[in-house]
Amino acid sequence: MQVEEVGFKHSVREFWDHFSDNKGAVFGLFLVLSFIVLAILAPVISPYGSSEIFPGQLRLPPFWSEGGSFQFILGTDDLGRDVLSRLIWGAQISLFVGVSIVFLSTIIGTTLGLMAGYFGGKTDIVIMRFIDILMAYPSILLAIIVVSVIGPGVTNAIIAVAIVSIPSFTRLVRANVLEIKERQFVMAAKTFGAGPWRIMFKEILPNCMATLIVQTTLGLSEGILSTAALGFLGLGVQAPTPEWGIMLSDARPYIESSPWLVTLPGLCILAVVLGLNLFGDGLRDALDPKLKR
Amino acid sequence: MKSFLKDKILQLIPTLVGISLFSFFIIRLVPGDPVMLMLGERGADPKIYQEMTQSLGLDKPVLEQYAIYMKNAVQGDFGKSIVSKRSVTSEFFARFPATLELGVCAMIFAILLGIPAGVYAAVHRNSLPDYLLMGSSLVGYSMPIFWWGLILIIIFSVTLGVTPVSGRLSVMFDVPSMTGFMLIDSLSPEVISEEGFAPFISAVRHLILPTIAMGTIPLAVVARMTRSSVLEVLSAPYVQTAKAKGQSFNKVVWRHAFRNALIPIVTVIGLLFGSIITGAILTETIFSWPGIGKWLVASIHARDYPVIQGGILFIATMVIAINFLVDIIYTYVNPKIR
Repeated sequence: MQVEEVGFKHSVREFWDHFSDNKGAVFGLFLVLSFIVLAILAPVISPYGSSEIFPGQLRLPPFWSEGGSFQFILGTDDLGRDVLSRLIWGAQISLFVGVSIVFLSTIIGTTLGLMAGYFGGKTDIVIMRFIDILMAYPSILLAIIVVSVIGPGVTNAIIAVAIVSIPSFTRLVRANVLEIKERQFVMAAKTFGAGPWRIMFKEILPNCMATLIVQTTLGLSEGILSTAALGFLGLGVQAPTPEWGIMLSDARPYIESSPWLVTLPGLCILAVVLGLNLFGDGLRDALDPKLKR
Repeated sequence: MKSFLKDKILQLIPTLVGISLFSFFIIRLVPGDPVMLMLGERGADPKIYQEMTQSLGLDKPVLEQYAIYMKNAVQGDFGKSIVSKRSVTSEFFARFPATLELGVCAMIFAILLGIPAGVYAAVHRNSLPDYLLMGSSLVGYSMPIFWWGLILIIIFSVTLGVTPVSGRLSVMFDVPSMTGFMLIDSLSPEVISEEGFAPFISAVRHLILPTIAMGTIPLAVVARMTRSSVLEVLSAPYVQTAKAKGQSFNKVVWRHAFRNALIPIVTVIGLLFGSIITGAILTETIFSWPGIGKWLVASIHARDYPVIQGGILFIATMVIAINFLVDIIYTYVNPKIR
């Protein structure tokens, strides 16, 4: 038991040594952690409610521009709502939506990948042709098709983007399984009479974890980006929810007079997506033994 | 090679059938009555309702509907748009050149900047320019392009006033559509004799911002791919040999390394085509570009199901055809994976 613990500590240590070598990845982790903290602490740190309206205080600029004040640090929007508060609550929406998408697509995508890779034959053919069909539709297009069928809204946006994200998980896991299932420990488990599902989930899946964790991080960034794009097109989360994509499209008519209303939500999306991509790249380099120096 | 081709084509068939089924059933998956949904408030009149049901063939059994749909589709008939009453096929091809023109410009932008940037970063590995180039390409890769388009408008149209905000051509000019490609149509002899080069310059200026917005993510992907591909080749033995023979560094990089690094780069460029459509949907919405992306989004808002059905079938078939071609070319150039 103790030996195992030391071994675990050692590998965490080794992972962190590699990971922290990559300054970009550490910066990414910092961005992601601040985003998560913002989302969790939204009720505590946001100065006002997300839909709290201040009549007569329309489109006030941020405090550093002329006419701005510290009462509304990042200004107000076209309805007189505090932009900073909406951005903070928006982090919560994005995190919730992003995690739900990744949760759904990981479970479905991984199970399909395990089955296709392990059973092979007809199961493989059926699953992979299904994946091919999903992949024939460009991601945003597939998401808006799904939304056009099931209607807009938070839950439906999550379902739509989750479906779009399934193929990358399935293909990744399947490729991994094809390689792992020929290894001796899988043969050994078979000899001991373990059933296929036990082998898939207890023997093979843990060995796919490294690549799966990386894909989850990148999936989260894509999910957040696609949800914002859907919101922007008016097909995702609906107003008055403080979702960053909707805030952007709501601000479009005021692009000349109040450019900060367009700039700020987009910067938030960019920061989170960039953070997740940097972090994901760093994870891949640190977890992939082939790239280890 | 022959049996490989045969296998690939055989694999294509179930996918194509699946796509046609998917596009066909999408309209039937809508909860409630699709005809009522499409007609909206207009549906109150039972006579119009009846006509609509019949014209869509919804009064027949589902399998028969699919058979009719496929029979017509093979002949290029995808039904009529509910909004414009024109055939979906002609609507599609009226808009496709606009999207293709923008897409090609975006890809040229991405390739012309991305390949030199990637080669430079690889040759100067771990230097400050390498970090800057790869850092900015990761920012580009993470870019929400619907926001990036608006930022470009704020900088170049609102603040500097150097580019137009939307459309393909200034309203001052009238360029008759011949090829559908504005850059070509505006250079036709008649247009030049009447209005000189002004329409062409206007068309170019309208293209600049959408091209940058749409080309940014492909640019980042091409730059990153080129860098890693060139790096891999630079450490290969034959490049080391060329270096040892005393060939000049530039010659080694461009003659030996770059040529072999091109295979994965070309593959990535081919596969980016699917993302061009995604880019088109967002970019065209921002810049009011009259292409298929904007058309599809408008059709979804208007619940114009024949258009949605036909449009996604066209696009999916195109993506599959292009991926297939990329696959074939890739195998042809690189026989190892056959």
